[in-house]
Amino acid sequence: MHTTDYLQFAAYAAIILATTQPLGRYMAALFSGQKTFLSPILQPVERLIYAICGVQENAEHSWKRYAGHLLLFALIGTITTYAILRLQHYLPFNPMGLPGVPPDLAMNTAVSFNTNTDWQAYSGEGTLSYFSQMTGLAVHNFLSAATGLAVAIAVIRGFARKSTKTIGNFYVDLTRGILYILLPISIVGALILVWQGVPQTIGGSVDAQTLEGARQTIVLGPVASQEVIKELGTNGGGFFNANSAHPFENPTPLSNFLENLLIFLIPAALVDTFGRMIGRRRQAYAIYGAMGILFIFTLSIAYFAEAMPNPALTQIAGYDPTQGNMEGKEVRFGLADSVLWAVTTSGSACGAVNAMFDSFMPLAGMVPLVNIMLGCIIFGGVGAGLYGMLLHVVIAVFIAGLMVGRTPEYVGKKIESREVKLALFALLATTAGTLILSSIASVTPAGVAGLGSAGPHGLTEILYAFASTDANNGSSFAGLSDNNIFYNVMLAATMLMGRFIVIVPILAIAGSFAAKKTVPTSYGAFPTDTGLFVALLIAVIVIIGGLTFFPALALGPIVEHFALSAGMGY
Amino acid sequence: MMQALRMAVLMLAVMTVITGLAYPLAITGVAQLIFPHEATGSLIKKGDAVIGSSLIGQYFSKPEYFHPRPSAANAPSLEAGAPPAIGYDPLDSGATNLAPSSKKLIENVTAAVKSNQPDNPGRPVPGDLVTASASGLDPDITPDAAEFQVPRVALARNMSEDQVRAMVAKCTKGRTLGFLGEPRTNVLALNLMLDEAAGK
Repeated sequence: MHTTDYLQFAAYAAIILATTQPLGRYMAALFSGQKTFLSPILQPVERLIYAICGVQENAEHSWKRYAGHLLLFALIGTITTYAILRLQHYLPFNPMGLPGVPPDLAMNTAVSFNTNTDWQAYSGEGTLSYFSQMTGLAVHNFLSAATGLAVAIAVIRGFARKSTKTIGNFYVDLTRGILYILLPISIVGALILVWQGVPQTIGGSVDAQTLEGARQTIVLGPVASQEVIKELGTNGGGFFNANSAHPFENPTPLSNFLENLLIFLIPAALVDTFGRMIGRRRQAYAIYGAMGILFIFTLSIAYFAEAMPNPALTQIAGYDPTQGNMEGKEVRFGLADSVLWAVTTSGSACGAVNAMFDSFMPLAGMVPLVNIMLGCIIFGGVGAGLYGMLLHVVIAVFIAGLMVGRTPEYVGKKIESREVKLALFALLATTAGTLILSSIASVTPAGVAGLGSAGPHGLTEILYAFASTDANNGSSFAGLSDNNIFYNVMLAATMLMGRFIVIVPILAIAGSFAAKKTVPTSYGAFPTDTGLFVALLIAVIVIIGGLTFFPALALGPIVEHFALSAGMGY
Repeated sequence: MMQALRMAVLMLAVMTVITGLAYPLAITGVAQLIFPHEATGSLIKKGDAVIGSSLIGQYFSKPEYFHPRPSAANAPSLEAGAPPAIGYDPLDSGATNLAPSSKKLIENVTAAVKSNQPDNPGRPVPGDLVTASASGLDPDITPDAAEFQVPRVALARNMSEDQVRAMVAKCTKGRTLGFLGEPRTNVLALNLMLDEAAGK
């Protein structure tokens, strides 16, 4: 522990706070159809895309059509990625001559990137050609992030509008998200990363003869262009197996800080966009506050838990424990960078890693697990964080309504049984899915065969895999050997469920709010822009998450913590 | 329905061209132009021969070289009777992923402590020298771990400890801007400097 750690945390928070309003304002203008400073350059491109694809810019859709287009687009994208991976040996940009990807892995990876999960069952450097990386994966880093963003914008419109059937045009929202937000930031960010040392080449790998005379094959590729959108779009699937711990993905403390900022950049600003588009900015501050408090709380737990020396190692004669737990960490990042990243990547739905959670101390490793189980709502994935949080808001308002004995209202919309049912369905279906599927994996031979650790830590590995794919996060306790038919199929199913069983109900809620009248705030309605509501919202999140997952956590990381303290190993 | 399908296919095609081809290839072009060294992997060359990348760690075992951290980056060897894995293989980056409560972790660390201790008897072995990194390709060790190895390297090279220490200092970077990341010593750069000083 070092004072610079605190400085770094403070600088991180200050920059995110400073970028929230400008970017939030920009996105609000963009998705309200106003001109932005990039419009003179990009509008002709945007119009050309609509002309080619037959999109009518001003034709808006009902929630059902919006969802229909979204699902169809995701389906086509998944099939295309699958085909590219299977056929990569017939396609260009394959300097290493890699063969086609096996069917179960190709299916898992296709689903993974099209659901914004980026679960890494594949090992990039040894499995995927540059063509597969660029057109099969990186494309979906843009598309799946823009899809999440589009859903969030559609939901915001649902709250902002009244007595209408439409919530926007999916393809217009998608195109604008990519052209005006994701691409410009990626272009600047990619060049900064190259400057820091991230490779960007389509040449093949280089053979080196090391100083001691051994042969080392240095794998290169178009890494920077993919790295930046991996964080910005909260995707997380690495170019290399070691993800953002790999020195070519993340070479310096500065590249690390920038990549880490990209993870929260859009999700944090989107909360501000919400406040502006519904015309009630204090409401957005309340949500932002709840997310911020959860962020500080989880960061503190992870930081202090990880700073404790591992009692199993301190007893080794001649071992110097002062550096803390360095297993699975890079020297240039050390404790603070690794822990901050762990909290942001799990609070958001990013899932990129710069240190290995599997080797974190039990309670520190539990923090990303809990963040993911709560649904990645601490700022969250691009779009997914906001709409996931709004599900909890609906429940919190409903509970407040029960307590004060009035019809619950949120930002001028009456919340009725249909919306509460849909929100509960989305929350419960996904959490039940996580628990049921991980129970199946932990009692079947095929599931247990993949374990990288014995004892309670093994259970944590399985839990983490299902929670992570369910929340479309994609980080892992990587000791689990998951590239086999059992896990490829089970986890692909979990990813699809976690993505679309949330998106469809939330779009339905958006449609139902858009159709409602906006009522003036009535006397005695529970105010949702106060500290009390922030506290209630946090309580609802923690209680729902706690009641659902605490028993499983108690058997995994919590038991491991006490076992380790008592000197037990596995 | 057919119209919606056509829209989805065309949109995917257009976006694949923009974000999957135009964007990475344009960035490649610009990057090769302004940062040709970084964009091609920060390679270190001696004449025409590539000896490595300043960002990718290498395995060192000889006493006259500074040693890196243990590495779990090993592509499985296909040849029968191949020598035991030594790590630092960029074809298979990755970590041990051992749990903190794992007996295997304790075995690994104990063995690494034992093999390092003769280098500097009486001093405890710094943690990073006995634990595997996240990437298996960590190019750095802590300045503490470099200091720990100074006596061995100085002895093997017939140099004074202070001469070696001066080189360690040259290859050590502090925290970026004073607060980002951790101080670190680049092992390959340091070993190259030692060889150059020896006239190799």
